[in-house]
Amino acid sequence: MAELTWRDALNHALSEEMERDANVFLMGEEVARYNGAYKVSQGLLDKFGSARVVDAPISELGFAGLGVGAAMVGLRPVIEMMTWNFAILAMDQIVNNAAKLRHMSGGQLRCPIVFRGPNGAGGRLSSQHSQSLEANYAHFPGLKILAPSTPADAKGLLKAAIRDDNPVIFLEAELLYGVKGEVPAGEHLLPIGKADLKRQGKDCTIVTWSRMYYFAEQAAQQLEQEGIHVDLLDLRTLKPLDEEAILTSVKKTHRLVVVEEGWSFCGLGAQIADLVQLKAFDDLDAPVERVTGLDVNRSYAANLEKATEVSTERIVAAVKQAMYREEGS
Amino acid sequence: MAPAISKDTALSMYRHMYLIRRFEERAAQAYTQGKINGFCHLYIGQEAVAVGVTEALRPNDYQISAYRDHGYPLTRGADPGMVMAELFGRSTGYCKGKGGSMHIFDVEHYILGGYGIVGGQIPLAAGTAFASRYRGEDRVTVCYFGEAAANQGSFHETLNMASKWALPVIFLCENNRYGMGTAFARVSPLPEVYKRASAYAMRGENVDGMDVIKVYEAVRDCAAHCRAGKGPVLLETNTYRYRGHSMSDPATYRTKGEVELKRKDDPIPKLRQWAVETLKIPEADFEAIDIEVKAAVDAAVKFADQSPEPSLDELHTDIFVEQGEEDVRPRERVHGIKVEWPSYPSGQTLKVTWDLEPREQAEEADQKAGLKQPAARA
Repeated sequence: MAELTWRDALNHALSEEMERDANVFLMGEEVARYNGAYKVSQGLLDKFGSARVVDAPISELGFAGLGVGAAMVGLRPVIEMMTWNFAILAMDQIVNNAAKLRHMSGGQLRCPIVFRGPNGAGGRLSSQHSQSLEANYAHFPGLKILAPSTPADAKGLLKAAIRDDNPVIFLEAELLYGVKGEVPAGEHLLPIGKADLKRQGKDCTIVTWSRMYYFAEQAAQQLEQEGIHVDLLDLRTLKPLDEEAILTSVKKTHRLVVVEEGWSFCGLGAQIADLVQLKAFDDLDAPVERVTGLDVNRSYAANLEKATEVSTERIVAAVKQAMYREEGS
Repeated sequence: MAPAISKDTALSMYRHMYLIRRFEERAAQAYTQGKINGFCHLYIGQEAVAVGVTEALRPNDYQISAYRDHGYPLTRGADPGMVMAELFGRSTGYCKGKGGSMHIFDVEHYILGGYGIVGGQIPLAAGTAFASRYRGEDRVTVCYFGEAAANQGSFHETLNMASKWALPVIFLCENNRYGMGTAFARVSPLPEVYKRASAYAMRGENVDGMDVIKVYEAVRDCAAHCRAGKGPVLLETNTYRYRGHSMSDPATYRTKGEVELKRKDDPIPKLRQWAVETLKIPEADFEAIDIEVKAAVDAAVKFADQSPEPSLDELHTDIFVEQGEEDVRPRERVHGIKVEWPSYPSGQTLKVTWDLEPREQAEEADQKAGLKQPAARA
């Protein structure tokens, strides 16, 4: 196993899948000659040529739809969004076409396409460039939503996403691209829809995904020093949700904290809390706690931005709250 | 009209135009009887467009459209009973009753669907054409849309990409003059849609959409242009719908005089008269077609009416494709008929030879911009 950054893990996944299957192509802004706005596609133009690594004009709706059309007739496009904030312009193609094609056609067509790019905060980018948009996409039937945290999971799930016959929303994070981790070489595939229990403990469950995993891991380490041991469940796939993994852990620890970068209102944490109150009500020893971004637009000013964000301290406090322990006791 | 078509082609054009007309009249009747619900957009008046297009294309060229979409599959030999059953919301419909009037897909005949968001199908057409170039096929995509869709961003974004990458698409505007109740000129400073092609350095022209032979000739020429790798075309057909936008629209935004004038230009009797006079096809041949078509549409309505609603088990199917799941072939599913289905090379056998942006071209542009100097002389 080699230690790779997130961006290199994605690069390997893309390169391996494009080599394996000539129907796979990559299209997006700056993916070819510039080698990717975040260098995820470094070297792919030279390797695969200009029809398979395509610099698109700044037309998110247009090239997202082009991808859907190509997928309808047998290609397997990977559409890079420079950020998911820009992909809001492409929402019509993703939601009204990609997600509904199989259904509207009564099963005649399929849409094997991956939309991928960075989601969430980039740091000091103000409100338009800092949004966590997974809940928006998770709302619609017909889309699979992936949001891994480690480079190894990113590689294994991107390869699985490219091979899947359905539209997949693949959420990366600008602040993760430089993060390193051990990544298996070559054929490393992970199943879509399976969460990963990244740390085991009997006292409380933390459910999280994407970049928030690292905050949760830090919180878990801190809590361990105080004798509190948590189950840390990294969802990796947000839809289809691994309900079994969540319920199994909650039935063990009887307490749940959900950590997400996005806003609280209608966030995925609310969905998970609903699942748990419905299917594990009698197992709960405390209300489900949620740690989320503040329900406000994110500011540029450093102090305002910091006050908006999820922090390790807030996660630690939430776990203690779920365990009815006074902060600092 | 130029007489450059055979008697068989003329008869086929007549048969298909009359089939659409009759089908739509019976659909309107079924709607008033409460057998069809929701939105139902009739193609009456515009038949020369779809029929002219299909006669001019190869059977495996792609066609994709907006939601006024019952006619397109009928031009390609779709089963009228199964189209009607889709309108009735029955299990024997092309899409199992899940799509309804606005979403008729007949993939067997390369009809890639009707789409309900204005302009939403336009980028898809660039995608199917991109796939054709990617595989080195000489297949053409025809993308139908109404004139009002030319004011959507999707239209402009797609024409820009399609022209830059020389994608083989005929962007076929059916200008029936009204986006629902809004006359195009009220919301567009340039009322001729085809002129917008010049903004994207592509071929653009217009043709009388009430004349099936003119449409046929124009589309043949455009298709040859696309197949030769010369890029897309924006072809505007000037047509007219005799009915309202949908079944619930009384169309009070147009004068009776305007509609009456357009009715005199009805493409169906016009072709018939021309074929009798110029090609000397006996009237009796047309009368025979009329009888056949009426019987076929009667049978279609009966088939739809007698078909069951979809099973509730269908609620949860066709949301996700499961591993190893095959695509549904409607005529096989409904009638047990073995059909030929579109197939494409696997990613292990496909060789992509298309160079979308040749390196020399890119480097030349760099040199012009002063980014890279030519190699220094030894």
